[in-house]
Amino acid sequence: MKSLGTRNNVLVKIVSKGPLNILILFICAAWLIPSLGLFVSSFRPAHLILSTGWWRAFKTPFTFTLENYKKVLTAAGMGRSFMNSLIITIPATVMPILIAAFAAYAFAWMKFPGRDLLFLLVVGLLVVPIQMTLIPVLTLFNKLHLTGTFAGIWIAHTGYGLPFAVYLLRNFIGELPEEMFESAHLDGASHYTIFLHLVLPTSIPALSSLAIFQFMWVWNDLLVALIYLGGNPAVSPMPLTISNLVNSYGAGWEYLTSAAFISMMLPIVIFFSLQKYFVRGILAGSVKG
Amino acid sequence: MNVKIVILAIGAVAGVPVILMAYIMFGERLIGKIKGKKRQAKIRPWFWLSPAFILLIVFLIYPVINTIILSFENASSTKFVGLKNYIFIFTNHSTLIALKNNLLWLVFVTLVTVTLGLLIAVLTDRIKYESVAKAFIFLPMAISAVAAGVIWKFMYEFRPKGTEQIGTVNAVLSGVIPNFAPKAWLFNPPVNTFALMIVYVWMWTGFCMIILSAGLKGIPDSLLEAARIDGANEWKIFWRIIIPTMASTIIVVATTMVINVLKIFDIVYVMTNGTLGTEVIANRMYKEMFNFRNFGRASAIAVILLVAIIPVMLVNIKRFGQKRS
Repeated sequence: MKSLGTRNNVLVKIVSKGPLNILILFICAAWLIPSLGLFVSSFRPAHLILSTGWWRAFKTPFTFTLENYKKVLTAAGMGRSFMNSLIITIPATVMPILIAAFAAYAFAWMKFPGRDLLFLLVVGLLVVPIQMTLIPVLTLFNKLHLTGTFAGIWIAHTGYGLPFAVYLLRNFIGELPEEMFESAHLDGASHYTIFLHLVLPTSIPALSSLAIFQFMWVWNDLLVALIYLGGNPAVSPMPLTISNLVNSYGAGWEYLTSAAFISMMLPIVIFFSLQKYFVRGILAGSVKG
Repeated sequence: MNVKIVILAIGAVAGVPVILMAYIMFGERLIGKIKGKKRQAKIRPWFWLSPAFILLIVFLIYPVINTIILSFENASSTKFVGLKNYIFIFTNHSTLIALKNNLLWLVFVTLVTVTLGLLIAVLTDRIKYESVAKAFIFLPMAISAVAAGVIWKFMYEFRPKGTEQIGTVNAVLSGVIPNFAPKAWLFNPPVNTFALMIVYVWMWTGFCMIILSAGLKGIPDSLLEAARIDGANEWKIFWRIIIPTMASTIIVVATTMVINVLKIFDIVYVMTNGTLGTEVIANRMYKEMFNFRNFGRASAIAVILLVAIIPVMLVNIKRFGQKRS
């Protein structure tokens, strides 16, 4: 009798939660379908993309092709752009994190006049729109011949990423137990040793969140690349190349769909494998400027 | 050429951390040579802070001051023109459209993303497959605005009535509504601006949902249970308990969205490039800067953006001060 009772309960639950489940499934579908349509289309021949809806691809005869990817990677320069994106993103992720960690350590565990005021300045800089900096920095870059170079965009992304990185890391490093630092000092450890062997290893959760954040931000960035790299295809990251494809091909969907998907692959893999850290980063500092 | 770049990249990836760590190591040694612990402690913080602050000064502090000055100068930054650039922005027809659109974006997108995010957070809180459902909603956060622009341009694709629709939106609407006339969603104002805003909503609802969901989990179960025992229905619980206890989280999310939406650029740049009445101020600034080479007006637009954000910034700093004390 008992088991029947629980089964009934389950049934009641499912029925009473029916509308809720349907609503949630509907929302999920609405959120997923746009990406699905792009994904499916990127494997369809150009003439089919243009003549029939992507959902027809699931009907026999199946006509899928890798031709779009071949074309877009070579002829449209997406292969090169993929490399460029990697070359831009990795140093532009490592640099701000390390530099911010230095500053965060000083803010959290050293005493100096004006500390709180300076940190407040960093919090203020978090929300400064990048647009406020474009013209002076571009003028400076032109003078120093940094426009259109990887080095230029590395330090630009480093500068823009710093407020958030310092803010997040200072909050984390400041929460580390005081006894840990005291006993290290008593043992005669230098600040360098403490930073390298205590602060960095214990801050790995915060550093990972920050790394994912900065990686995604630089990888997906259009504006900074557009301004400081100019029209130089040799150094263009993927978002810049794709936006140029949109302008020049208009409705060349076989190019656009496969190019967009190539640019999405890496962030999606990172997203699914490291979602925990990504979410933690968002929760730790929901004030990114 | 290719090899050179790869070497450069590897050098940067491996070399930059080494250089930075070496900076700290040698710097600490130099500081160690200074006589007196007190003196050392006085100099040390500045030494650890200076790489960050040099970059902050070059990329944020100096440019902000410089842009404010440029906004009072002419196109080539050679002559002081007073408020002329600002007067132009608030009187010219096309910049007024951009300002009006930005306001529309601000209100609509913030309202919809926060409301939807809260709704989805509350709904998914009651199901078993919560984390899977949330991952789907959250996924667009990982996608670039450019890719999202391509995805949705394809969603909005238009074919004349009678021919087969390849855009999902027109196909679905034609299937659901009898005699529906397919629309060119990105073509006619004001519909096209709303079409662009939906892309942004699609991208950012997950962000709101994640933060609001964490806030929701922070409400003690005992509070909700007590209300249920007292006979409150779910609707009442939502308005009387969930909303008031989450008020501060909702404000945080809303202010973050306001800051983000104000700067909207990529989606508009990729999907319509601000034509057909969809222009927003960040796009207008880009055009003033590169197409018209008018640094004065471009700077003034940036300053307007900053001024709009300042109240939000003050709220942030105030909240931060409260958290510390």
